[in-house]
Amino acid sequence: MTPLIEVRDLRFRYDDGTLALDGIDFRLDTGESVAVLGANGSGKTTFVLHLNGLLTGAGSIQVCGLAMEKRNMATIRQKIGLVFQDSEAQLFMPTVLEDVAFGLLNRGMRADEASDRARAALATVGMVSAESRAPYHLSAGEKKRVAIAGILAMEPEILVLDEPTTFLDPPGQCALAELLMSLPQAKILVTHDVPFAEAMCGRAVFFEKGKIAADGDVGEIVERFEWRFTLPVSAGGAGRPRGASPPGK
Amino acid sequence: MHHVVLERWSRGNTFIHQRDPRAKIAALIVFLVVVATAHGELTLLAAALFVFLSIIAVWARLPLFGVMARAGVVLPFTLVFAAIAWRPALIPKTYLSAMAVLIVVATTPLPLLMRGMESLGAPRFLLMVAQFLYRYLFVIVEEGQHMVSAARSRGGSFRAAAGALAVLFARSYGRAEEIHRAMLARGFPGYFRTLGALRFRAADGCFAVIASAVPVLLRMTIG
Repeated sequence: MTPLIEVRDLRFRYDDGTLALDGIDFRLDTGESVAVLGANGSGKTTFVLHLNGLLTGAGSIQVCGLAMEKRNMATIRQKIGLVFQDSEAQLFMPTVLEDVAFGLLNRGMRADEASDRARAALATVGMVSAESRAPYHLSAGEKKRVAIAGILAMEPEILVLDEPTTFLDPPGQCALAELLMSLPQAKILVTHDVPFAEAMCGRAVFFEKGKIAADGDVGEIVERFEWRFTLPVSAGGAGRPRGASPPGK
Repeated sequence: MHHVVLERWSRGNTFIHQRDPRAKIAALIVFLVVVATAHGELTLLAAALFVFLSIIAVWARLPLFGVMARAGVVLPFTLVFAAIAWRPALIPKTYLSAMAVLIVVATTPLPLLMRGMESLGAPRFLLMVAQFLYRYLFVIVEEGQHMVSAARSRGGSFRAAAGALAVLFARSYGRAEEIHRAMLARGFPGYFRTLGALRFRAADGCFAVIASAVPVLLRMTIG
């Protein structure tokens, strides 16, 4: 079966000489949800920007069987919905409805059809009552939902979310998790939030200095790289995971 | 923020709010020409035009004193130029012009205003810049305020203004890049497509004619 995404030997160097991606091989199949873990600066965001053609490195990327080439770019951008870390940057239109309809209008859809589709996407994320509001009047959680609606309206086959829980309070994170779980699309979640990754994904890839250092079960990768918040021994934690009872209690 | 208040005012539902933006822009242009070309004894004409604008503001259910205060933002600059050039007439002319522009902006949601200006032939690129400025100005101001707070919390007085401005510029540049990526990710072709077309109804035509005729007649009879 053709994978949704197939990346082979992807390499990318920024203009300042930093080697950000160094031989990435990756595959995403239908219905999969994959967490992308790794330290800051390890290449996670650079990697997902390549999946949408926003950055172009050496190597090959295929999305739904389409090679990442200029002539396929419009189709690929319909198939991959990218939700950015900072929703403020993603919501640039004057009203929520216009923002959600932005991608649809760019595809050449008629205005009335785009409005209907945008309203349906807003209903999916529970934000239909905000359609005439200005994006900067929304809370962080609402902005995230509207940003996701803008992507869902385009009916992508793959959702890529960069740090989706950033700026969200715990109830907001729960609501987001509930929303994402209800969506049928394959997902790639770039995150530092291990509990969120464990709740959402069965598989994880771990980035280290521009390479995928491990690919497998989320729990195993988290354990292997000790990728969980723990209190240092000097603070009396003895490597105790966040939320666990302190020793002796 | 001023433009947040304007945004709220512009979402009203009065007769003035409901008018097609092109009708309002046309009337505004006539008003500005009348004010700019007025000469001689201006006191009576300025008072009459002020009453005319006040009636429209009240009709649109805008807080009149709020509108007057915001239009006063131009006064410091005007006073300086009026003093340098010794042209006292600049003061009422500028103030009335600012008030008229403010009323149009405060009764027309920005997307409609932009659409109206575009359909009247304003350059698309200029309108895009204005739209982004309107959308992100307060975000940049907020970032600047955070920097001031951060400096103060460390005992600084934020005197290193040049350095701080450079950082603010770099941050704004970074944000602009991110916005551009977000636009490309959703297939931005280089220009904005908009939801729905403007409809110019008979009421809009009547409004444009009357709102344009009143200042012209005032100028002919008083000025």
